[in-house]
Amino acid sequence: MKRALWIIITGIIVAVLVVRTASGNMESPFAGIEGFGTWFAALLTLAIMSFLYDDNPLYRFAEHLFVGVSAAYWMVMGFWSTLVPNLLGKLWPSLTAQLFMPGLADTTHDPLWFMYFIPMAFGVLLLLRLFPKGGHLSRWALAFILGTTAGLRLIAFLTADFMGQIRSTLKSVAGLTPAVLPGGSPSFSFETMFWDLVAVIAIMAALCYFYFSKEHKGSFGAFSRIGIWVLMITFGAGFGYTVMGRIALLVGRIEFLLRDWLAVI
Amino acid sequence: MKRTIPLAITAIVGAVLVIAYFIPHPPFDGLREDFSIFFDIMATFAFILGGGNLIKMHGNRISRREEGWFFSLVTIVGFLLVLLVGLTKFGNPDGFRGSSVTASGSYFDHVYEYIFRPCGATMFALLAFYVASASFRAFRARNAEASILLLVAFIILLGRTFVGALLTSWLPDSLRFLTIPYLAEKIMVVLNFAGNRAIMIGIALGIVSTSLKVIIGIDRSYLGSD
Amino acid sequence: MNRFHQIVEFVNDLDKRWVFLVVGLAVVTSTIFRLTFPEIPTPMVRSVYEKVESLPEGSRVILPFDYDPASEPELQPMANAFVRLCAERNLKMYFIALWPLGQNMVAGVIDDILQTEYPHLEYGRDYMDFGYKSGNEGVVAVILTDIKKLYTTDAHGTAIDSIPMMAGVRNIRGFDLILTVSAGYPGLKEWIQYAGTPGNIPVAGGCTAVQAPLLYPYYPDQLVGLMGGIKAAAEFEALVAEAYPKFQEDKDRFLTALVRMGPQTVTHLAIIFFIVLGNITFQILRRKRQQEALKR
Repeated sequence: MKRALWIIITGIIVAVLVVRTASGNMESPFAGIEGFGTWFAALLTLAIMSFLYDDNPLYRFAEHLFVGVSAAYWMVMGFWSTLVPNLLGKLWPSLTAQLFMPGLADTTHDPLWFMYFIPMAFGVLLLLRLFPKGGHLSRWALAFILGTTAGLRLIAFLTADFMGQIRSTLKSVAGLTPAVLPGGSPSFSFETMFWDLVAVIAIMAALCYFYFSKEHKGSFGAFSRIGIWVLMITFGAGFGYTVMGRIALLVGRIEFLLRDWLAVI
Repeated sequence: MKRTIPLAITAIVGAVLVIAYFIPHPPFDGLREDFSIFFDIMATFAFILGGGNLIKMHGNRISRREEGWFFSLVTIVGFLLVLLVGLTKFGNPDGFRGSSVTASGSYFDHVYEYIFRPCGATMFALLAFYVASASFRAFRARNAEASILLLVAFIILLGRTFVGALLTSWLPDSLRFLTIPYLAEKIMVVLNFAGNRAIMIGIALGIVSTSLKVIIGIDRSYLGSD
Repeated sequence: MNRFHQIVEFVNDLDKRWVFLVVGLAVVTSTIFRLTFPEIPTPMVRSVYEKVESLPEGSRVILPFDYDPASEPELQPMANAFVRLCAERNLKMYFIALWPLGQNMVAGVIDDILQTEYPHLEYGRDYMDFGYKSGNEGVVAVILTDIKKLYTTDAHGTAIDSIPMMAGVRNIRGFDLILTVSAGYPGLKEWIQYAGTPGNIPVAGGCTAVQAPLLYPYYPDQLVGLMGGIKAAAEFEALVAEAYPKFQEDKDRFLTALVRMGPQTVTHLAIIFFIVLGNITFQILRRKRQQEALKR
C-alpha cells in the first residue's frame, strides 16, 4: 500500500515535470550543458533533501559524490593558486612560465630562491604519512606547521583578543563611543555610560564563573551565579542567531528549485 | 632523533615568529615572512594528503567489498574526474596556459556550478529542519537557567523580524525600553557582548598558554607515543 | 489516562518529520508569495554603511570573500550590496579569498555585477582579483608586510606588477578599509587579529548569523561595524536603496536580502510556534507526573 502510494506520487511529479518541460515553461534537460546542469543540480538537491525522510541510496550517492568532488576541487585550487606560482614559480621560474603561467611576474631567480626547497621537502615529508613506514618523518613537517601556528596565534590572540578586549572594556567605562567617521569625535551619553557599566559588571561576573581556583561560595559564589545568567543569555542569543542563519540557507535552496529549475517564481 | 628534530623545528619556528613581533628588523622580519609563506605552501600539501587519504580509505573499502563499496566507487570516480578536469584545465576557453582554472565556461566551472554548489548549499540547508526539530524537542524550560536561555532566544527570534517591531509598536515612547527590537538590541550589544567578551578573554589565555607550551616543548602530544 | 493527556502525549512525541514538513511548507509558500517587510537599519549596520560612504573617491578597499556555496544564500546579498556601494562611490576594489571557493564567489560578483551593471569600470584600474591562496591566517600575516612576495600574479595569471592599481602598493597597511564577507574560519576574526589590529586598518564587514554573536566584542574598537546574516544584509540594502533610488526598481535583483526576509519571518514564527508548543506539552506532562508521584 505504502509502496503503491509512493509510485503514484512519483508518477504525478514526473508527469507534471514532463508537461511543463514540453510546454516550454521550464528549461529542458536536453537544452545544452546549462539545461542538463540545472536538472542535475536540482536532482542532487532533492536527493540530499530526501534524507529528511530517511537515509536512502539516493542521498548516499549525492553525499559520496560531494565528498570526492570537494576533495579534488580543493586540491586543484591549491595546485594552481599556490603550488604553481609560489613554489614551482620560485624554484624554476622560466620553466613554470613556459609550461603553466605565462604571466608570471618575474622569470629570474630570487636571491634566496633555494630557500623554497625547504617547504618542498617538508611538503613531501608530510605526504609520507600516507605510507606506514614514513610516519615519523612526516612529524618534521607537522612540527613546522605547529611551530608557525603557535607563533602566529600566540601574538594574535594576545594582542587582539586578550589585551585588545581588556583595553576596550576599560575605555567603555568612560562611556565613550568611538567615532565611526574619520575626523569625528567620540560621542558621550549617560545612556551609553549606563549600558557600558552593565556590560562591565556582566563581563566581570562571567569571568568570575570561569575562575575555578576559588570555591564558588558566599558573595563570590553569588557574583559567579550572575555570570551563569550572563552566559545563558549569551547562549540564548547565539541560538536565536543560529536559527536565523540556517533558515536563510534553506530559503536559498528553495529559491533555486522554484526559480532556476521549476521557473514558477 | 625521532623526537628531538621535530621539537627543535617547532621551537625555532615558533620563537622566530614571536621575536619578530617585538623586533621587526632583519633578520627576524624577513624570516617571519618566509616562514609564513612556507606555511602557506605546505597547506597545499595538506590538501594533497587529504586527497591521498580519501583514495586510500575508499580504495580499501572497494577492494574488501565492504558494505556500501559502490558509494566509495562514486567518491573515487568523482574525485579522479574532477582532478583530471582541473589539472588539465579541460575545456578552459583560453586553453591550458591561459587564465584561471575557474574561468567561466570551463568544465571545472561546470563542476562547481552543477555539483559542488547544489550539494554544499543543500547539506547546510538541511540544518534548518534539524534546528526546528531541536527547538521543539529539546528547548524546554526545565529550570531557571534554561528558562533564561529560552526567553532570550524567543526575544531574539522575534526581534530579528518585522513581527517583533509590530507586536510592541503600540507602546508609547516612554516605554520604548519594553519594545522587542530595543530588548533584542540591548541583549545583543550589552549582555551577549559581555558573555562573549569573557569567553574570548578565556580562550585567548588558553591559546597563548597552549602555544607557549608547544614552542617550549612541554606539549609534545603531536609527536605521538612512540 | 484521559483523552486530553493522550493528545498532549501524542504532540509531545510528534515525529520530527511533521516538524520538517511544516518548516518546508512555511518556506515554500512564503517564497512563492514573495512577502516583503520594511527594514529599520540598526546602528551596527549603519556604521558599516557610513564608513563606506565616508571614504573619498579612489580610496583603496580590500574585499576578502571568505565563504563558499554552503553559506552563499545568506552572504551573497551583502557581498553584492558591498560591491554595488563601492562601485557607486568609485572606490578601488581589491578582491581576495582565503577559502578555495571564495575565488568563485569573487568571479560571480565580477561577472554579474561589475561587468554587467558597471561596464565603465575597468579590471586592473578600478578593481582586481588577487584570487585564492592556501595558508589561512598565514596569508593575512604576509600581506600585511609584503603583498608581492606572496602574490606574484592575480587570479587570472597576470603579472602583479603589470596591473595599474598595484602601482605603489607594497602591503595592505595603506588601505583605507578591510570590508569582509565571512562564513567562519578563516574569516573576519582573522582579518581583525592579523591585519586590522596590528596594522591599524579599519575593519568592517558581514558574516553569517551563527558567527555574528561571537564577533560582537570587537565592536566598536577593533571593528567599525558588523552585519550578521540576512537580516543585516536586508537593512544594508535598505540603506543603499534609500541613497541610490535606482536600486528600488528591481527587488529580485537589487534587494535580494529584503525579499528573503519574507520567508525568514514566516519560518521564525513557525519555529516560535514549535518552541511554545513543546514547552506547553512539557509543562502539562511534568505537572501530571508530579501529581502521580504525590498520589503514590
